[in-house]
Amino acid sequence: MALCGGADRGSHSMDKSITLPPDEIFRNLENAKRFAIDIGGSLTKLAYYSTVQHQVAKVRSFDHSAKVSLQETDGDPLYEISVQEEITARLHFIKFENAYIETCLDFIKDHLVNTETKVIKATGGGAHKFKDLIEKKLKLKVDKEDEMTCLIKGCNFVLKNIPHEAFVYAKHADSEFRFQNTHPDIFPYMLINIGSGVSIVKVEAEDKFERIGGSSIGGGTFWGLGALLTKTKRFDELLQLASKGQHTNVDMLVKDIYGGAYGSLGLTGDLIASSFGKSATTDKEFSKEDMAKSLLHMISNDIGQLACLYAKLHNLTRVYFGGFFIRGHPVTMHTITYSINFFTKGEVQALFLRHEGYLGAIGAFLKGAEEDNPNQYSWEENYAGSSGLMSVSPELNPVQRARSGTFDMLEMDRLERQLVNLPLLQDATSYIPDTVDLTEDALAREYWLYCFEEALDGVVKRAIASQKDQPEAVERAEKFRQKYRHKLQTLRHQPFAYGSLTVRSLLDTREHCLNEFNFPDPYSKIKQKENDMALKYYLKVVKSVEELSWEQRQFTLAKGLLAGNVFDWGAKAVSDVLESDPEFGFEQAKQQLQERPWLVDAYNQWIERLKGPPHKCALFFVDNSGIDIILGVFPFIRELLIRGTEVVLASNSGPALNDVTNSELQILTERIAAMDPVIHAALREDRLALVQNGSSSPCLDLSRLDKVLATVIRERGTDLVIIEGMGRAIHTNYYAMLSCESLKLAVIKNSWLAERLGGKIFSVVFKYEVPSKAQEQH
Amino acid sequence: MKLRRCSRKPAFPWFGMDIGGTLVKLVYFEPKDITEEEELEEVENLKSIRRYLTSNTAYGKTGVRDVHLELHNLTICGRTGNLHFIRFPTAAMHRFIQMGRDKHFSSLHTTLCATGGGAYKFENDFRTMADLELLKLDELDCLIQGLLYIDSVGFNDHPECYYFENPSDTQNCIKEPCCLDNLFPMLLVNIGSGVSILAVYTKDNYKRVTGTSLGGGTFLGLCCLLTGCETFEEALEMASKGDSTNVDKLVKDIYGGDYQRFGLQGSAVASSFGHMMSKEKRDSISKEDLARATLVTITNNIGSIARMCAVNEKIERVVFVGNFLRINTVSTKLLAYAMDFWSKGQLRALFLEHEGYFGAVGAFLDLLKSADDA
Repeated sequence: MALCGGADRGSHSMDKSITLPPDEIFRNLENAKRFAIDIGGSLTKLAYYSTVQHQVAKVRSFDHSAKVSLQETDGDPLYEISVQEEITARLHFIKFENAYIETCLDFIKDHLVNTETKVIKATGGGAHKFKDLIEKKLKLKVDKEDEMTCLIKGCNFVLKNIPHEAFVYAKHADSEFRFQNTHPDIFPYMLINIGSGVSIVKVEAEDKFERIGGSSIGGGTFWGLGALLTKTKRFDELLQLASKGQHTNVDMLVKDIYGGAYGSLGLTGDLIASSFGKSATTDKEFSKEDMAKSLLHMISNDIGQLACLYAKLHNLTRVYFGGFFIRGHPVTMHTITYSINFFTKGEVQALFLRHEGYLGAIGAFLKGAEEDNPNQYSWEENYAGSSGLMSVSPELNPVQRARSGTFDMLEMDRLERQLVNLPLLQDATSYIPDTVDLTEDALAREYWLYCFEEALDGVVKRAIASQKDQPEAVERAEKFRQKYRHKLQTLRHQPFAYGSLTVRSLLDTREHCLNEFNFPDPYSKIKQKENDMALKYYLKVVKSVEELSWEQRQFTLAKGLLAGNVFDWGAKAVSDVLESDPEFGFEQAKQQLQERPWLVDAYNQWIERLKGPPHKCALFFVDNSGIDIILGVFPFIRELLIRGTEVVLASNSGPALNDVTNSELQILTERIAAMDPVIHAALREDRLALVQNGSSSPCLDLSRLDKVLATVIRERGTDLVIIEGMGRAIHTNYYAMLSCESLKLAVIKNSWLAERLGGKIFSVVFKYEVPSKAQEQH
Repeated sequence: MKLRRCSRKPAFPWFGMDIGGTLVKLVYFEPKDITEEEELEEVENLKSIRRYLTSNTAYGKTGVRDVHLELHNLTICGRTGNLHFIRFPTAAMHRFIQMGRDKHFSSLHTTLCATGGGAYKFENDFRTMADLELLKLDELDCLIQGLLYIDSVGFNDHPECYYFENPSDTQNCIKEPCCLDNLFPMLLVNIGSGVSILAVYTKDNYKRVTGTSLGGGTFLGLCCLLTGCETFEEALEMASKGDSTNVDKLVKDIYGGDYQRFGLQGSAVASSFGHMMSKEKRDSISKEDLARATLVTITNNIGSIARMCAVNEKIERVVFVGNFLRINTVSTKLLAYAMDFWSKGQLRALFLEHEGYFGAVGAFLDLLKSADDA
C-alpha cells in the first residue's frame, strides 16, 4: 500500500510518492490525539499521542466456589490466566523530509477520526511557512510555541526517560559512540544549539533556563560561506567535501610561523594559528575540499571555544550539543569533540543526543499536553517501534545514510509507575546496570547476537503454543520473528542503535517485539504448571530443612536457592532439558550444581554474618516462577523471617520469560501461607511484603525502580539486598555497589559466559559484599 | 616606565624586529645627537643604512615606513633621536636577508634582536645567507615591554592610548585620547594573523589566557578568496563601502523583530553569512558587502571571546593591539561597541596608536638591556 493520496485529490507540487506501508509509519493514527509539529529547514518532525490497545495476561486466584474450570490441566489449577485488553499511552514521533509534508498531512487527514483534537502545536523555523497548509489540510488551528522552550522541554524529557540518550563521540575508537548513563539528576546542564547561529542555554530545572550567550558563527556560516567559497549548494555536500579536505593547505599553522612548535606556550606546530591565513599570503588556487575543511575547523573550534568559556563562567560540566550542524554528522561531532577537548584540556566532554532531532517536536508536544501531565509519568523507549540511531558514517554505511531521506520513528510508552533510583545505591551517578557493554566488546556482541538469533525459533514456537486457541497466532508469531530478526540484523551493523547494546537490551527488545504482536506472556501456562507442581513439594522441602543442624540448614537453604535458579527457561541449556524432560527434578538440579569452592564463593563470610545479629529488613529481587521461587526462595526467606528479619519480595510488574510476576507471586504467597504458619504469620504481621519492581524485563536496572518500592525500602530500613539470577545479578548489577550488605546469587547456565568468567556451565556465583564503613556513612 | 641607565651603550645601528605570520615589523632608532667626531668615525655602510631608512618612506614594492607614528626626540640610553616604524610582508623576508648580506650588515658588530615566530623560522637563513646571528626573544614578553614603554613615553607629547566616547551611539561615537594612571590588570588582545589574549597583572606577571585562529589573517584570507582582492588596504577599502546586513542573517530576519524571550535585538546578527545559504541572495551580493561581512564577523567574534575572557578573569580593561586594527576604524568602533553593549558598560575597550609595533619595540628595548647586562 502506498502512502500517496495525491492522485485522488488532484496533484500537489510537493507530493512525493511514498511506498512504505503507512501502518508502519503513522502507527495508531486512529487513536491519535494531540498533535505537534516541528518544521525545520529540511526536516519535519511530527508528534502525536495515541492510546494503544494490547493484550496483557492477567492472573486471578481461581474462584473455587464457582467450580467452573476454564483450564484443561489435570487436577485443581492454581489460578486463572486470562488475556485482557489493556489501554496504554504511547507517544509517536516521526521525522521526514519537508518534501513529504503535504502527502503526510493528507494521509493524516484521511485517517484521523478523533474529533476532539482542535489545535496542533507548532515550532521550528518553518512553522509559519506551512501554517496555512496545515490549517487547511487538517482543519486544526496552528498554535506556535517558542522554539527554544520546546527544545529545552524535549531535552529534559529524553534525558530523564531514555537511559542511554547521551553519548560521547570518538571517531577512531572501536565503537564510535560511548553512551553515558543518565544521572538521576539531569540538572544543571548546558545546551549548545548550533542552527544557523549558535545559542548557548543554561538549564537549571524543568522550567528554569536562560540563554547565557551565543554566536553568529554557526551552521549558517558554514553553509553560506561554504557555498560562496566552493560553489557547492547543499549542506551535506559541503560536509562531504570537508571530510575529504586538508585544512593545512589553507590555514596558517603555528609551524608555518615558527618553523616548529611555540614551545614555551605549549602550542604545537600543527595548531592553527590563523584560519585561512595561507589564502591571504599565498597567491594560488585552493581546492574546494581544503577550503571546506578549513571552514569546518574554523567554525567548530570557534563554537568549542565559546562553549568552554561559558561552561567555565557558569561552572557547568555537562555540555550537550544539538542543532542541524550536529544532527548526527560524524564530521561535525568529531571536530566539536576535538575542540572541546583542546580548550578544556579534557575536563569537559562534548555530549551528543540520540534523539537530538526530535527535541523540538517532543517539547512542542509536551507544551500541548500539559493537562495530561506527561512529566508526572515515567516513559520508556519502545524498541519495537523506534528506528534507532542510524549509522552516521557515510563511508561506513552509505546505504543507511540515504535512509534519513525517508522516515525515522521514535515511540515512547507511558509506564504505569514513576521510576526512581534504588535508595541503597552507593553512588547513583556512577551506577551502570549492565555488566558487559556489547557495543565495545565485539567478541561478546558476536556471541550474544548469535545466541538470540539461534533462540528465535524456540521463542516463536513458544509464542504460538501459548495461544493455541487463536489460529492467527501463527501469522503473528511469524511477524514477530521477522521484526526481531530485523532488529538483530540492524544491531549487528549498528550496535549503537538503541544506546549501549547489552544482553539486557537484547532481552528487552525481544519482549517489546512480542508485545507488539500481542504475545503478552508466552510463558503464562508453563509458569502456571510449574508453580502448581512446585507447590506440591513445598512442605516436604521445608520439613527436610527443619531437621538439619543450624549450619547444615543454612547451607542447604543456600544450595536450594541456587538449585532453584537452575530452572530458567531463559537459559538455552536449561530450556532444552526442560523441554525434553519436564520431570527434571529439584534434587537433580542440586547435583548439577558445582561443588564448593564455587566460582565466586563468599559463603563462609555469609555464614559468619548469619551468626551475628539478624538483619532488619531484606530486599529480595526474585527471578523465575516455579521451583525457583517456591522451593528455592521461600524456604530461604522463611529462615530469615524466623531470624527476625523482615522480607520484601520485589518481583516484576509485567511478564518477562518465566520470571514470576507480582500478581502471580501474590497468589503463590497466599497458597504457601495457607500451608505454612510461618509465612502466614509473617504476612499477617506485615513482616513479609510483596512489592512490584516496576519492570517487565528479565534484567534489573536499579536506577529505574517503582517509586512505591523505593519508599518501602526506605521506610523499613532495609539493610540487606539479595539479587538472584543471571539476568539480575550477572548480566546486570554484578558490579553494582550498594550502601548496605548484599548477596548476588546465580547459577551460570551458559557455557560461553561461564568460560568468560573462568568457570564451567552450572558454575555458582555466591557474592556477598559489605560496604566499608566510610562508604556506609556516605 | 623608567628606562635603565646604560653603562655600556650597544653599537649602532639600533634595531628591533618582530617577524610575524604576515608582517615583519621593524623599529629603528635614528640618533640625532651624533657628534662630528662620531660622524667621522661612522663607517660608511652604517651611514648608508641610516640614510636609506630615514630618507625613504617606502622600501621596494612592499616595505612601508609609518611616518605618522615616528617618535621624535626620544632619549634612550643617553642618546637622543627618533624612533622609526617600518613594516613589510613576511613573504619578503628572504629579500630582506639578502639586503642585509649585500650591505654587509654582519660587519657592524651589532646584535639583531628579533621576536615573533619568524625569529625561529628564519634564524638559520639569517645565519647561512647573511652571516647574522639573531637574538631570539619571546614575542609575548616583547609585546608587553614594548607596550608599556611606548605608553610611558607617550606619542610625541600626546597620549598613546585612546578609547571611544559613546561607543553604543554611532552618531556621537568619538575617539578620545586618554592617559591611564594604572594599566593593570589588563586583558591584552593582540590581533595579528591570529589572536592571542593575555591577562597582564604587572610588567613581569602575565599569562596567555587563550587565543583564536580567527584573526587578521582570516579576514584577509577570506576576503581574498571571496572578492579577489590582494591587500589588506584593498580589503578594508571595500569593507568600508559594503553593507553586511545583505550577507548576514539578523535576528529580525528570523523573528520579524526582537527575540524578546531572550532579550535579543532585531538588529543583532543571528547568523554570519546566513543569507548566503540562499542561491538568489548569493547571486545578488556585492564584493563590498562580502568584505564588510567578513570584517564584522571576525571583529565581533574577537570581541565576544575577549569579553568572555575579561569576565572569566575579572578584568575590566581590555586593550586591543595588533596590525589588524591598522586603519581599521570599522573594527575599533565595533569592538568598543561590543565591549560596552554586552557588558552593560562594565568593560572598556582601549586602543593604542602604535597598534602592531609593540613586539618590535620590545625587541629593540632588549637590545639595550642586553648591552647593559654585558
